[in-house]
Amino acid sequence: MTRLRFLNRWVLFAVVAGAIAAFMDQDYYYTLLNFIGIHTLLVVGLNLLLGYAGQISLGHAAFFGLGAYTSGILTATGGVDPWLALLAGLAVSGAAAFLIGIPALKLRGYYLAMATLGFGIIVYIILNEADSLTGGPSGLSGIPSLSLAGFAFNTPRRLYLLIWILLGLILYISANLVNSRTGRAIRALHDGEAAAESLGVDTFRLKLKIFVWSALYASLAGSLFAHSLNFIAPSSFGFMFSIKLVTMVVLGGMASIWGSLLGAGALTVLPELLTVFHDFEMVIFGAILMVVMIFLPRGLVRGIMDLYENRRYKRQGGRISV
Amino acid sequence: MMLQQNNVLLALDGVSLAFGGLQAVEQVSFGVTQGTVKAIIGPNGAGKTTLFNLVSGFLAPQAGRILFGGVAIQGRPAHRIARQGIARTFQLVQLFDHMTVLENVMVGRHRLSRAGLIAGALQLPWTRTEEKGIRQKAMEALEFVGLADRAGQPAAVLPLGLKRMLEIARALASAPTLLLLDEPASGLDAVETERLQDLILELRRQGITTLLVEHDMGLTMEVADEIAVLNYGKLIADGPPRAIQKNPEVIAAYLGTDWQG
Repeated sequence: MTRLRFLNRWVLFAVVAGAIAAFMDQDYYYTLLNFIGIHTLLVVGLNLLLGYAGQISLGHAAFFGLGAYTSGILTATGGVDPWLALLAGLAVSGAAAFLIGIPALKLRGYYLAMATLGFGIIVYIILNEADSLTGGPSGLSGIPSLSLAGFAFNTPRRLYLLIWILLGLILYISANLVNSRTGRAIRALHDGEAAAESLGVDTFRLKLKIFVWSALYASLAGSLFAHSLNFIAPSSFGFMFSIKLVTMVVLGGMASIWGSLLGAGALTVLPELLTVFHDFEMVIFGAILMVVMIFLPRGLVRGIMDLYENRRYKRQGGRISV
Repeated sequence: MMLQQNNVLLALDGVSLAFGGLQAVEQVSFGVTQGTVKAIIGPNGAGKTTLFNLVSGFLAPQAGRILFGGVAIQGRPAHRIARQGIARTFQLVQLFDHMTVLENVMVGRHRLSRAGLIAGALQLPWTRTEEKGIRQKAMEALEFVGLADRAGQPAAVLPLGLKRMLEIARALASAPTLLLLDEPASGLDAVETERLQDLILELRRQGITTLLVEHDMGLTMEVADEIAVLNYGKLIADGPPRAIQKNPEVIAAYLGTDWQG
């Protein structure tokens, strides 16, 4: 029963995404959708870490940047095949997450936030300063587009196909993950680390795994970003972007795969709709973060689901712990 | 002292732990015989929960040995000890509040299943078979404690009595050789306590060894084959309930006048 409902969501996703590809012909919208897709990749990954495992990262833009720059440098400067460069990006980001994660994940709460924040800032500074490699603040250009069997993903519409097919797969994989044995253990360590340990869950190792896994999503997004724009600059990978990602997770819903799509979509489209948004962007992101945290601490999707479910169980006579 | 009889499942041998200047557990030695129920009693602050945390690996003793099935386990991390077949509950119930009742128990199967992150994400065919087994065993554990009809609800909405039952079901799902229950009757009403008592006795019939810390003396006397008494971190008595009841040191330290009535 639930299985069927779940399946239908995927069908809906494919139908809507396919219909867009069939009937829309304005590049502007494809560009916007591609940004939504890339942001959703990042947000799903961060959500696995933040929403499901309960571990904060304020440096996720760094993994996004590592993916983008590894792809960019290897292809634009090194002439490596873009797909290989993408894999190299995954290796670099995964290794960085592993090395940072070992000390950082021994920390909790604020300390983990500070450690990942510091990491993000260090990567940002390196991207700016190592200009012989990265091109410094003025950026890195001449990044080739991805292509598959002679089909180059070099227009917004073609990129849309690539990004949204990949996104569909990643969403599917992520939904599988959270309902698997390891996914349950991840959610369990969020709710009660001691209880999870008492059942044989190696909580430190699992936190490290999901941290690396989540960095891989960011890296994939970074590579796609670099090959879509054919140009990257450090300003896309700063601290403020990490905060935006957290806001997207929180708005869409902690521990909600589909909420990630909603959060990323809403906060990618809003600045486009409201031009006034541009000057006050960080103020508005901050306000959204604050309001959602106060009134729906588990985000829009999860928060509304909780309200609905709790009311149902209250009617049945269960008690609710707030 | 070496307790190495074949039927001793858990043996503590001179276990000590101090927090700063406070000697929480001092030179404690006792054994738990396979297939029996042993209770640890003692006044508040006697070191009972500390002892539990030592056995389950949440604390490491500063001296002494803890042997489980003849193997020294003291100082090992909690998840390793859990994987060897020691399951526990907590004095303050620790459920996974944002997961369903069934999912809580499914986590109990963690040590007996193996699907990793990637296998789970890709949903490899063998993981589906494993998942089916996990679900089935978890439902069995829920049926055993009488919570099967609540399987789909979030754990947070259960009343306390049922939460305790759920925690026990979760521990049982891990098919433990030794079950540690930390004050399972606290917060339960008379009816619930009676159900708990039946449950513990049923577990013993099934051959599960139980070590429990309990304040409810009625329950303890009913279910325990042996009782160890702690006072100020020291073991002051260890034996069958009747001997404990008559032990003058125990009466002085703990049972007091209440016990006579």
